[in-house]
Amino acid sequence: MMRRLVEVRGLKYRYEDGTRALNGVDFHLEEGESVALLGPNGSGKTTFILHLNGLLTGEGSVEVCGLPVNARNTAAIRGKVGMVFQESDAQLFMPTVLEDVAFGLLNRGMDPGEAGDRARAALETVGIGGLAGRAPYHLSAGEKKRAAIAGILAMEPEILVLDEPTTFLDPPGQRALAGLLAELPQARILVTHDIAFAEATCNRAAFFQSGIIAAEGPVADLVRRFDWKFELERSKSK
Amino acid sequence: MHHVVLERWSRGSSPLHQRDARAKILALLVLLVVIATAQRQVPLLALLLSALLIAAAKWARLPAWGALARAAVILPFTMVFGVICWLAGDPARGLSLVLKSYVSALAVLLLVATTPLPNLLRGLEAMGIPPFLLMVAQFLYRYLFVISEEAQHMRKAAAARAPALRFTGGSVRFRAAAGALAVLFARSYGHAVEIHRAMLARGFRGVFRPLETPRFAVRDAAFLACAAAAPLMLRLCVERFA
Repeated sequence: MMRRLVEVRGLKYRYEDGTRALNGVDFHLEEGESVALLGPNGSGKTTFILHLNGLLTGEGSVEVCGLPVNARNTAAIRGKVGMVFQESDAQLFMPTVLEDVAFGLLNRGMDPGEAGDRARAALETVGIGGLAGRAPYHLSAGEKKRAAIAGILAMEPEILVLDEPTTFLDPPGQRALAGLLAELPQARILVTHDIAFAEATCNRAAFFQSGIIAAEGPVADLVRRFDWKFELERSKSK
Repeated sequence: MHHVVLERWSRGSSPLHQRDARAKILALLVLLVVIATAQRQVPLLALLLSALLIAAAKWARLPAWGALARAAVILPFTMVFGVICWLAGDPARGLSLVLKSYVSALAVLLLVATTPLPNLLRGLEAMGIPPFLLMVAQFLYRYLFVISEEAQHMRKAAAARAPALRFTGGSVRFRAAAGALAVLFARSYGHAVEIHRAMLARGFRGVFRPLETPRFAVRDAAFLACAAAAPLMLRLCVERFA
C-alpha cells in the first residue's frame, strides 16, 4: 500500500483584505503520485500549495509525511516539500547559480564543501552543469526554470510542488521539462493551466472552484467534464 | 547599462582579477586617503594616480578608454561644486575637487571591474561590514536587472498606446511617469514578497551562509604592499620634488 504523503482536511483561508481564498479543501497525495491542480484564476490553487510547507497557515488540518504543518515542524516539513515558484526570478536570488542551488543545503547546516558537491550534482541532473558559475540573470527562461528545480532537487525532498512550471517556456523547453519530471522519483503536485502538460505528466487531477476542490479524477475526465481545454468554437462545430 | 558592462569586465581572469577582494579593497582605501588628503600639487598628483590606475586597468586587460569614460559619470555631480567654488573666487579648490572625485571614481570602478560582486561582498563581510547591509546591496544589484527590465516593458507599452506622449505637455508626461513609478513600486513589493517566500521555503532563517570562504594568500599580501605603497610614494615624490 502506498504511503500517504499529504493529507489535508477542511482547509480554509482568508487573506488580510477579507478575500476568502479557500473554503474547506480536502486533498491527499500518495507516494509516487503526480497530481495536477486545475481550475480558474483565483480559485485558490496557489494559496493552497503555499499551505503545504507552512508559508500560509489557515484553519483545518494539513499533514505532510505524517507531521502536522505547524511552527514546530516547519523546518522538517520545508525539507520534505520542495516548492518551485511560478517566477523563477523570485527563486534565483543568489549571485551565482551554484550558490543559489546550494542555498537550501547551507541553511540546513550542511558543510559548504558537501553542499557545493550536492549542488553541482543537482545541476548535472537537470542538464545545466556548465552554468554553475553564471549569474542567474544571464540565463534563459528555460535555464532559469531548470536552475530553480535544481535548487529544490539538491535538498532531496519527498514531494515536489510546481506552480505553473511551463510559464515562459517554449515548446522544446516544455518537452524537456516533462522529460525531466518523468525521471524524478518524487511525488508531485503541479498547478497548471497547460492541459497538454498536465496530461503528459500527471496521473490524477483536482479541479479547484471558488476555494474548494469541486472534483477529482483522471486529467482527461476532468478536462471533459469542465470543458477545460482551449478549442475554437469553429473547429468544434466542424 | 553600466552595471552589465562592469559585470562582464569583473569576470576576467587577469592577475588583478585573481587577487583576494580584501587586498584590493584595502589598496583602494589607501589610494582614496592619499588623494582625499592631498593639499599641494593636486593636478599633478591626480595625473600620476590616473596613470597608475590606467596601467592597472591595462594589467587587468580592461579597455582603458572605456574605464576613463565610465568614471566620468561622477563629473556632472562634482562639476556643480567645482563651478560654485570657481564663482566664489577659488577656482583652484574647484579644480582640485573635480580631479579628486574623478580619480576616486576611477579607482572604485577598477575595483568593481576586477572583482565579481559575490567576491567583493564576501571580502567586505570578512572585513567586518554588517552582513545585513551587504545582503541589501546584493539584493539591490540582483533585482536591478528585473526591475529595469519591467520599466523598459512599461515604457514600450506606454509608447505603443500613446505614441505622441513625448510631444504632450509636461503635466501629462509627469502624471504618466508618476503612475508608472507607482506601478513599478507595487510590483517591486510583490517581487519582494515572492522572494521572501522562496527563501523561507528553502529554510532561510535570517543568515546567509557562504559556499566558499575567501583565502588571503602570500601573493595577495605582496600585491597589497605594492598597491598601497605606489600611491603613497607618488604623493611623497610630488610633494617633495614638484
